[in-house]
This record gives sequence, C-alpha cells and structure tokens, in this order.
Amino acid sequence: MFEHLLGSIRGLGRRVNDRIWRLGYATRFFAMTLVYSGTSFRRFFLTIREIYFTGVLSLIIILVSGLFVGMVLGLQGYDTLQRYGSSEALGILVALSLVRELGPVVSALLFASRAGSAITAEIGLMKATEQLSAMEMMAVNPVARVVAPRFWAGVISMPLLAALFSAMGIFGGYLVGVVLIGVDEGSFWSQMQASVDYREDILNGVIKSAVFGVIVSWIAVFEGYDSEPTAEGVSGATTRTVVTSSLAILAADFILTAFMFRGA
Amino acid sequence: MSGDALITIRDLGFAYDQRPILTGINMDIPRGKVVAIMGASGCGKTTLLRLIGGQLRPTRGAVRFDGQVVHELDTQGLYALRRRIGLLFQFGALFTDMSVFDNVAFQMREHTDLPEEMIRDLVLLKLNAVGLRGAHRLMPSELSGGMARRVALARAIALDPALIMYDEPFTGLDPVSLGVIGQLIRRLNDALGASSIIVTHDVHEALSLVDYVYFVSEGKIVAQGAPEEIRASEAPYVHQFVWAEPDGPVPFHYPAAPYRDQILREAVRV
Repeated sequence: MFEHLLGSIRGLGRRVNDRIWRLGYATRFFAMTLVYSGTSFRRFFLTIREIYFTGVLSLIIILVSGLFVGMVLGLQGYDTLQRYGSSEALGILVALSLVRELGPVVSALLFASRAGSAITAEIGLMKATEQLSAMEMMAVNPVARVVAPRFWAGVISMPLLAALFSAMGIFGGYLVGVVLIGVDEGSFWSQMQASVDYREDILNGVIKSAVFGVIVSWIAVFEGYDSEPTAEGVSGATTRTVVTSSLAILAADFILTAFMFRGA
Repeated sequence: MSGDALITIRDLGFAYDQRPILTGINMDIPRGKVVAIMGASGCGKTTLLRLIGGQLRPTRGAVRFDGQVVHELDTQGLYALRRRIGLLFQFGALFTDMSVFDNVAFQMREHTDLPEEMIRDLVLLKLNAVGLRGAHRLMPSELSGGMARRVALARAIALDPALIMYDEPFTGLDPVSLGVIGQLIRRLNDALGASSIIVTHDVHEALSLVDYVYFVSEGKIVAQGAPEEIRASEAPYVHQFVWAEPDGPVPFHYPAAPYRDQILREAVRV
C-alpha cells in the first residue's frame, strides 16, 4: 500500500518535472527562433510563401465564420436590446463584441485548428522523412530556413485575419440587424462610429490578436520540431498544437483583458 | 589502411544515455577510395555516419576530417565542413515541396551567389550525371524509389563534395535500380576525385564496387580488408554475413529465457 502510494507520488513528480523541462526547452526554442529570424526578413519571399499557406488559405474559414458569428450576434443582440428599447445600439454591441473579444479570440482558435495544425504536421513530417536532417547536413540551419519563416508568417497573418473576421462579423450583424430585421441604418453605423474607440477598442484588439499569433505560431512550430519522427508522433503533436494553443489563447485572453479593459 | 587519409577515426566511442553504441572504433577513409561499412541492422553504422558529419558528439575518441577534429568545431566551422560533405539518406530525404530541379539547386542557392542561369546549367549537369535531366520538372511524389535515390544523389554532389556518404543506398530497390545506383556511386566518386563511405548490408553489391570494407558488430569493428580478402575470409562473423547464413555469431533468436522453461512457466500460469 505504502509502496504503491510512493510510486504514484514519484510518477506525479516525474510528470511535473518533465513538463517543466519541456516548457524550458520550448522557451529556448522560441529564443533560438528569434535569433535565427534574420533569413525570414532578408529573404522575405520565404515568409511571403508561408503567409500564403497559413494566412491566405485560412481566409475562407475565417471569412465565413466571421459572417455567421456576426449574424448570430445581430439576432441575439437585437433580441436583448429591444427589451430595453435600445435596438439602435445594435451596431455598438456587434462592433465592440467583435473588435474587443470575438474577432481576436475566435479567429485565433480557427487559425490554430486550420493553420497551426498544418504547420505542426508539415514540420513533423519533414522531421520524420529526414528532410530537416538533410538540411542540417547541407549546412543549412532548419530553424532559420524552415521554422522562422513559418513562425513570422503566423505572427503577421493573425492580426490581419482577426481584422477581416471582425469586418465580416460587422457586415453579418448589419445584414441581420438592418437588412433583415429593419434596425435604422443611420443609427446602426453612427452609434458604432461614435462608441468604438480607436485606441481602447481597435488597437487593443489588434494587440490581442498579435499576441495570439505569437502563441499559436510558437506552439505550432515547436510541437512540429519536437515531435517523435513517426506517424503516431506527428499525429500526437498535431493534436497537442490544437489543444495547447486553444487553452493558451483563452488563458492569455483573460490576462490581456484584465490589463486592457479595467472599467476605464 | 594507411596512406593519405581524408578521415581518420581513433578510439571512437558513443553511447545513448548509458547504453554503449560504438566502442573503440579505429578507421581510415583514404582520399579517392570507396569504403564500405557493413554490419547487421542496429549495429551502429548510421550512428557512425552521424558522428562523421558532426550530428552527434562522441563520448570518447575523435573523428578527424582533413586534420580537423569534427566535434571540436563551432557551428560555423561545422557548417563549413558540411559543405564539403554530401550525404545520401536511406530514402533520399528529398524536399517534398520542391521540384527535382529545386532540390538539386537548393545548396547552390543557399551557399553561393551564382546567377540563376549558371545554377540552371549546373543542375542540369548534375541531373544528367544521374540520368534524370528529363525529370527536372517533376515533383518528388512523382518519382519511383530508385529515381528519388538518384535525384538525392545529384543533390548530394551539387557542390562537388570531398566526401560522399551513403546511408543504405540499396535498400528497397529493384535489381535494375540497384545496379544503376551501384555504378553511379563508383563513377561519381572517380569522376569527382572524392572519397566515399557506403553504409550497407547488401554484401554482394558492395563488394563488387568498393575498395575496402569494415565490418561492424555490436559497436566494434570485427573484420576489415579488401573485397577479395573478405570473400575468402573464414572468420565466423564475416562468413555468416557474406554467405547469408541464418545462424552463427549473429544469432537467429532474440535473447530470451530457455524455450522449455518459458513454455512450462506459462502452462502453469494458464
């Protein structure tokens, strides 16, 4: 009994130790990615190519999701606001919800599932098929040539995708609120314009999405680079990217929101 | 072996964690020669290639490449050294997002300032040497195993290396492709004036093209000599390997408890 308990405690300690060690390794890897980022900017076409794969190819899912989220916000918002006779404030509700929260957070979650998982799988498979090893043996640093361009492509794409998500969401809210339900168009736009602050709302939303971009891209490239070079290993790493990124986005969102919007 | 060696390995040892993989390896790779390292799967052959290329650090001894101790080089020195080495991976390790042309051009674009027209000429020259000039537009997914190996070979010799290393170049090839790769290894080595190391367990193909053979078993060199000496060898390990005998110093059975004991023990448990 005592031996069994001791074994469990040892096992728990080992797991905690492993996690801390891996976090340290991921942090060193992040630092290494930043150190070897020169190539991503000197030969910017490498990063542009990755922006196409991670950003441009994510456009469909981001735009369609943004449209539907905005339409749902329009319906739900109108339902609540009209009880208090302030349905003209629908524009403010839709816009603030999107630029402050839903735009950065939902687009980051979608980005993690669509692009983050693809980055992990690609790097993981390159490792499993010895492509990274071959690159190293050709005196080309795989962190500089493969990892850094993908990392920066994610960081650059994320705020742009979040902005497009919010824009499409606002358009969706407009379609439902103004075109379908008949909220006054002038009030919808003018109240939105008057109440959405550039620095407080839009800039903070952009900062959030940039932070989420760093988090998702970091996790995606790290999981791919650190994956076991087997089919199972790559599949496990891809799953970990989506799960870890999603949790990290939500946790970071809480922390950022607490700092940014303190009832000011 | 003696003479002017490009690579000298002395008292080389390597261990993963506490598990020894290689112990007391002494080896010379002379300039202009093709040397085979043979042994059963898992005996440490590929590890030896990785130690020569500086991808692993020895726990004992040293690999000297043209007088430089490989594991003492800093990153820049190591990368400069690797530009003089071409490595053919077991399954080619071609970059799957690049065409055949771009794969071969990869190192030229990364390490030289050559104009694109000259790179084009050089790439076609290399592809012509392996007989695949006509396939330069294809993607790796469109190539057969043998073709992929030949493209990887063209990529490995892109910068005219001083040393070409081949990791199991004959694995999984049909007899025609196998013969083609074998011929290419010899021809390219002689044409480039390079030295070559072939890690393989394909005895007959290797013995027909190499100048010298090292046999590795359980992390140690157990035999060495010219191909004719190896063929005539009566050493039990070499004899078993060359004549493909199922049992001998390389046991047929994985280590286990005596069969009778195991059967009886499990019968009692049931």
